[in-house]
Amino acid sequence: MTIKTEPVTINLGPQHPSTHGVFRLRVTFDGEVVLDVEPVFGYLHRGSEKLAESRTYVQIVTLTDRMDYIASMSNNLAYVRAVEKLAGIDVPERAQYIRVISAELQRIASHMMATGFLLNDLGAFATPLMYCFRERERILDLFEMLCGARITLSYMRPGGLLQDAPPDFWPALDRVVKDLPASIDELEQLITGNEIVLTRTRNVGTLTAEQAIDNSVSGPMLRAAGVQWDLRKADPYEVYDRLEFDVPIGADGDNFDRYVVRIQEMRESVRIIEQCVRQMPEGGPVRSPAPFFIRAPEGDAYSAVEGPKGELGFYIVSDGGIAPYRCKVRAPSFINLTPLREMLVGGKMGDLITTFGSVDIVLGEVDR
Amino acid sequence: MYGLALFKGLGVTMKNLVSPGRMFTVHQYPDRKIGLMGLARMNGQNPLTFTFRQPAEAMKALVGLASVRDRQYQHPRFRGEEFSWYENRCTGCASCAKYCPLGIIKIVTDPAKTDLQEGDKYFLEVFDIDIGRCMFCGLCVEACPYDALHMGSGFEEGRYSRAELVIDKAKLVASPKRPSHWFRPQLAARDAYNPLEGDEADSHDVHRHEKPSLSQQRSRWGQR
Repeated sequence: MTIKTEPVTINLGPQHPSTHGVFRLRVTFDGEVVLDVEPVFGYLHRGSEKLAESRTYVQIVTLTDRMDYIASMSNNLAYVRAVEKLAGIDVPERAQYIRVISAELQRIASHMMATGFLLNDLGAFATPLMYCFRERERILDLFEMLCGARITLSYMRPGGLLQDAPPDFWPALDRVVKDLPASIDELEQLITGNEIVLTRTRNVGTLTAEQAIDNSVSGPMLRAAGVQWDLRKADPYEVYDRLEFDVPIGADGDNFDRYVVRIQEMRESVRIIEQCVRQMPEGGPVRSPAPFFIRAPEGDAYSAVEGPKGELGFYIVSDGGIAPYRCKVRAPSFINLTPLREMLVGGKMGDLITTFGSVDIVLGEVDR
Repeated sequence: MYGLALFKGLGVTMKNLVSPGRMFTVHQYPDRKIGLMGLARMNGQNPLTFTFRQPAEAMKALVGLASVRDRQYQHPRFRGEEFSWYENRCTGCASCAKYCPLGIIKIVTDPAKTDLQEGDKYFLEVFDIDIGRCMFCGLCVEACPYDALHMGSGFEEGRYSRAELVIDKAKLVASPKRPSHWFRPQLAARDAYNPLEGDEADSHDVHRHEKPSLSQQRSRWGQR
């Protein structure tokens, strides 16, 4: 007797707890095997780009907080750099160092979250996630010292920073930076050698270097595929050209490599912060006198930074008014989702969420 | 050996389970359970004396029913969900309303009611902030040229209806004057003031600009 089988289409999301937000995947299965994937998004669309057209340049900083809401600092940095390029505003040296320190702290916090949720998706429920969150919590405390908020920071302004770091920030930063390598070691001890994790993530969701480049993937996903590309090295902004750090790359481009690249990037970030604290000038202004109602000259500017998730760029067109004529965001989460089909099709149902989690997306940034 | 790493991982979990500094990732809020020893120490007595003097409290603590208010670490720069506003510092210039990205600050001023003998200060009729739509970015506080509006330090601002979330002038006048250090370096420079404890700051203490002396004014005129 033959059993009649046919492919089944299943909706994953938008209210599924493991889709990292309101994301919908229409997946066609043949038994356990994924035949086709169709991502549907836009559920969190708030029209940030359109809203930016009716805000002044400083007010838009608050909108950028809400795009990638677990890496607000990097979003602020990318945005204010575009405005500075457009309006020709200089930034004091001390402000540049504090910007780099806070951006690297944000990278650690974001990678901690990515690692924790990847493990959560694998089924290691809550324990590694809580360890990661504990470290992230300490970084959020540092952000609270800098700018009074923990998630929606709005710390950077065109022309520098909102205000200088308080005196008690530096000893607290020292403590966190001193403890972080041990915490990352502990995390690696818990996860990296674990046979279950290795079996579940090795050679799963593989993305070759060619596929990654074809889909203009950036960030840890691209580096995990073995491509040495980091905007901090390739096009140094702020003070990255004075700092010494390595760009970790993976070999196979599978889920495990993405995890390893993130862990190593956290170690590099710790190195960068230590160097910044050593090199930083004592005292001095952190904000150059830029008006609140900046009138940028007519023209356009594109500026990108290496955010935790990839190349985060802002393209701003000005018509000479106090608000931009157009503000386009190159969101890494959104573009990193492009090769989703290549990564998922042919894989198993159980690996679907893991692979999806290893991309590390934030829906606030995908939909904007 | 296959599976060795699993035990290594479990070792990490065990270490975290017992080592005192790393046991708790989640803290109790707003109340925290407290035992007899802790309660007695909080009251500055030894446990026996405490049990003798307040037997009911001691019994509750012994069976695990006693709890005390607990507050998490909060930096003085914390951008709280309330505003500290000093009426006598405000001139009604409406800079805050212009800077607000959402346009939720409503200011109505009447120059006719000004006593011109006093100076050129507007009379503020309406000063509404719609906290329900506010995102606490603090741009209004950054904008205020006279240091009249400050971020507060509290965060327990839940209400039962949206109408209650619009704070008007009367509520702003009555609000606790505990401005946060956020964008107010002059408050951080004062050693005695902490928004979370101690006295409230009065309007003379929150200024940013010293009044220039006559000689300073003259030298500034000379430079022009």
